[in-house]
Amino acid sequence: MAEIAAEASAPRPLQDAVIGPRRPPLLAVGPVAWAKTNLFSSWLSTAVTLALGYLIIRWAMGFIDWAFVNAIWSVPVTNGQAQTQACRALNGTGACWAVVTEKHRFMLFGTYPYEEHWRPALCVLLFIGLYIVSAMRRFWRKELALIWIGTLALIGLLMWGGVFGLSYVPQERWGGLVITLILSTFGIALAFPLSILVALGRRSRLPAIKTLCILYVELIRGVPLISLLFMASVMFPLFLPEGINIDKLLRAQVAIILFAAAYLAEVVRGGLQALPRGQYEAADALGLGFWQKTGFIILPQALRLVIPPLVNTFIGMFKDTSLVLIIGIFDLLTAGKTAIVEPAWQGFGIEIYVTIGLIYFIFCFAMSRYSQGLEAELNQHRVR
Amino acid sequence: MSATMEPAAHVSSAVRTDAPPAILLDKVNKWYGALHVLRDINLSVAQGERVVVCGPSGSGKSTMIRCINRLEQHQEGRIIVDNIELSDDLRSLDAIRREVGMVFQSFNLFPHLTILENCTLAPIWVRRMPKKEAEALAMDYLTRVKIPEQANKYPGQLSGGQQQRVAIARALCMKPKIMLFDEPTSALDPEMIKEVLDTMVMLADTGMTMICVTHEMGFARQVADRVVFMDRGEIVESGVPEQLFNDPKTERLKTFLSQILRGH
Amino acid sequence: MSDTAADPRLLRAPPKKGIRLSWADEKLRGIVWQVLVVGVVVSILWWLVSNTSHNLEVRRIATGWGFLSREAGLPIGEHVIDYNPTNTYARALLVGVLNTLKVAVIGILLATVFGTLIGIARLSKNWLLSRIAATYIEVIRDLPLLLQLLFWYAILQGLPAPRQSLNPVTGVFLSNRGLKLPWIQWQDAHSFALLGLVAGIVATIFYARAARAKQMADGQPRKVWPLALGLILGLPLLIWAGLGAPFAGDIPALRGFNFQGGLTITPEYFALLLGLVMYTAAFIAEIVRAGIQSVARGQWEAAEALGLQRGRIMRLIVLPQALRVIIPPMTSQYLNLTKNSSLAVAIGYQDIVSISNTTLNQTGQAIEGIAIIMAVYLSISLSISLFMNWYNARIALVER
Ligand SMILES: Nc1ncnc2c1ncn2[C@@H]1O[C@H](COP(=O)(O)OP(=O)(O)OP(=O)(O)O)[C@@H](O)[C@H]1O
Ligand SMILES: [Mg+2]
Repeated sequence: MAEIAAEASAPRPLQDAVIGPRRPPLLAVGPVAWAKTNLFSSWLSTAVTLALGYLIIRWAMGFIDWAFVNAIWSVPVTNGQAQTQACRALNGTGACWAVVTEKHRFMLFGTYPYEEHWRPALCVLLFIGLYIVSAMRRFWRKELALIWIGTLALIGLLMWGGVFGLSYVPQERWGGLVITLILSTFGIALAFPLSILVALGRRSRLPAIKTLCILYVELIRGVPLISLLFMASVMFPLFLPEGINIDKLLRAQVAIILFAAAYLAEVVRGGLQALPRGQYEAADALGLGFWQKTGFIILPQALRLVIPPLVNTFIGMFKDTSLVLIIGIFDLLTAGKTAIVEPAWQGFGIEIYVTIGLIYFIFCFAMSRYSQGLEAELNQHRVR
Repeated sequence: MSATMEPAAHVSSAVRTDAPPAILLDKVNKWYGALHVLRDINLSVAQGERVVVCGPSGSGKSTMIRCINRLEQHQEGRIIVDNIELSDDLRSLDAIRREVGMVFQSFNLFPHLTILENCTLAPIWVRRMPKKEAEALAMDYLTRVKIPEQANKYPGQLSGGQQQRVAIARALCMKPKIMLFDEPTSALDPEMIKEVLDTMVMLADTGMTMICVTHEMGFARQVADRVVFMDRGEIVESGVPEQLFNDPKTERLKTFLSQILRGH
Repeated sequence: MSDTAADPRLLRAPPKKGIRLSWADEKLRGIVWQVLVVGVVVSILWWLVSNTSHNLEVRRIATGWGFLSREAGLPIGEHVIDYNPTNTYARALLVGVLNTLKVAVIGILLATVFGTLIGIARLSKNWLLSRIAATYIEVIRDLPLLLQLLFWYAILQGLPAPRQSLNPVTGVFLSNRGLKLPWIQWQDAHSFALLGLVAGIVATIFYARAARAKQMADGQPRKVWPLALGLILGLPLLIWAGLGAPFAGDIPALRGFNFQGGLTITPEYFALLLGLVMYTAAFIAEIVRAGIQSVARGQWEAAEALGLQRGRIMRLIVLPQALRVIIPPMTSQYLNLTKNSSLAVAIGYQDIVSISNTTLNQTGQAIEGIAIIMAVYLSISLSISLFMNWYNARIALVER
């Protein structure tokens, strides 16, 4: 019936010209009308708009005063000691960005040898490049796994060094933003294959395997990440044979992988469940074995379905790696917190946290926007 | 489609021209932003009169009947329903909505309530009827629309045609003086259209004032006292069904009718 | 039916499937796989356990739960029940559990209220309000919770010392020692009044039910709120007045370098609660928004066309449908908030993680310490899940 009616309105009859178009009353269009419907539609709405507008303007002016007008961007350094009297004299009326100016290298790279800072910097760029490549649909193929392996290997090489004339830098000296990126990216990359196995296991018809997978997922998801990190830091050494010692960073990385895998497994399981039964039956009808069926038919489709929630899990992991602060690993947040331990800089936490917040925000905001866009796009495809 | 296409067989003539009109639209205008969707609509519906509204998609049919029970607000002109003028006064609005029942294209049954609860909700909360009485009334109407045995099921368990009949019963349980129908059959499969149309014909028999947006020409011929043809926000032509269908005066109606018939 | 036995479909039993000793047999293959996987997992666990017991022996670390009854010697700033450092570890840990519950329960209540308000603001027709809510949600969700906690804690610590404390209203002081509020000197009469309040609420629920039943009988709706007000406010007041209306204010006052009296909210608790509530509220807001939006516009219109009033439409039509969508994700937010409260350890609020951690450091019994943390969280998670599943089943029952 729709197309009939559409055709019916196609020919333009003469009567229209006689009546002619009329303008709506009271300026129903244009910015004024927009403001009237969206900001001042009733006395209550008007009151809310005015009150919020007032608060925002006041707050914004206060913030601009604090962050820019009254702010101090650098302080003199004598004998290696920062002279922060000027900052203290502000008494909170202005930001002391000098602490960031002074400590930004430390926040970004921790105690990595100063003249080698280009190496972690390059790694940060490599990570960002890796994210961008992974975000592009064009690269959603099996080769993407190779790109990941290659890039991560390159990053490991750059960070450790010891070959190609690069000096060796032990893990204890790594720190800052690059640690945050390493923990979250390696965490997801290594948790991913594990999570696929666990998700398949949870849907398996074999009771023992199913029970194991359920136990694993529910136990991990029932406890906070901190308890796993504690476990990694104090209990892990007890688990290994005497004499074998694993670096703390690596232990935390293992905890994060185990944690991420449980959450990812649930996401993957969602995708496996969302796949219509027909797909499984079709694969069976083709006579494919379990691994062929899973690898060629089921997984490629199921994973595509869950890319937006995968990105969201990644954002969560990215934020959660900050918890390693509690077991004393030198990530971005720990570096920031350590920077203000020095007596001269004590009390300038807010400036540091605002800066670190900005870095986290840029990464997470970009990823969440991407995931929202992707979701909308994928939904559109499904509707059609 | 499946509705009978025989020539006029008017059920009754309950139209009372002596009483004040049940619905009066006087130079009604409405805009969506800059789009002028209702242009100087004048329409008077007498008590007991049955009016069918037709016209191409987007011509403003839904908007017009939704203005009558103020699901949409008009911006110019006057609408008087059952001697009450529509205004911003909430009391007049409540009074009108009590007297006007509406049936939607997409049924809009409440999925979390049983069929019976769907029907008794408004009598209990709006008409302040005791629950027993409301249930008896609801069963009465459910029997009339021929689905009393479904009373304790949930809407999701019924077919489209059954759901639409429940929606009609639900509206009738408020004992409205006027019923509005917005394309009640266009979301249904052909075999279900007939059962809903039959229910509506039966309702017309009782002398209910009805405005019905539909493209079911057979139904229009059978029950309508008057057919109104809308296009681009205005009423282009109106009259008794035979005259309008057999002898259209305007080019627009001719085109519309030829397309409707071609569609069948 | 007596002729079921005659149904030919029931005459012959299906053949029992035996196991063939061949790799092509699906059942056998399944068993082999399971034995293999379980074997690997068990042997890894066994290896870890044997390493651990060897290590414990070598390092002379005690095992077992004996330490629980030893004196803790561990000072705890905030405690809901009586506690001093001479108490046992068991009691110290109990204080920790209660501190965790204190922040989790209040946090869940506040986050629900605040999150719902923001979710509704997000749906407001007022563009400015909706934009602010959206910005809040986006910004809060894109920052790590730990960072937010440290930020709030830094702000609270940056407040002036008690002598120069902010004093927005008489009796309320905000300083780097926390928030000080006026309170009353608690007496038995107050406890009885509190009981009266509970009784009043219960009575109101019964009264509301009876009123509904009467309305169903004769159709006349009854106003519940006048009597409800009387029961909920009047009853406790009456009890309190009947017991002689004892009242003695406990107003905080500055003595020397610190405050005396009044109700104290420590900076640690305040920062933790603030951070948890603001963070979780952002997620709850999105859940509430999605829940309300999941109810089709046609539902509103149909209810309006029937003449129902807005409040009733919300209560009878929209909420029951929205809750169905809202409750499962809400449950996981409650669980998240509880688990996130473990970040308390980073700002020095002594919850179960913090106290277990200290215990673990003092006694060296890492395994027991971590087992306690995990057991506590697992049981809290399980209780919340069970409660929410029960509630979900209940409202689902009403629907279907
Ligand atoms: N809420 C709205 N906002 C803006 N424009 C609208 C809105 N509702 C309807 N319109 C526009 O108003 C015009 C009239 O719509 P209406 O729904 O009344 O048409 P109709 O005659 O009922 O069509 P159909 O046969 O397709 O139901 C259409 O052009 C439509 O696009
Ligand atoms: Mg329409």
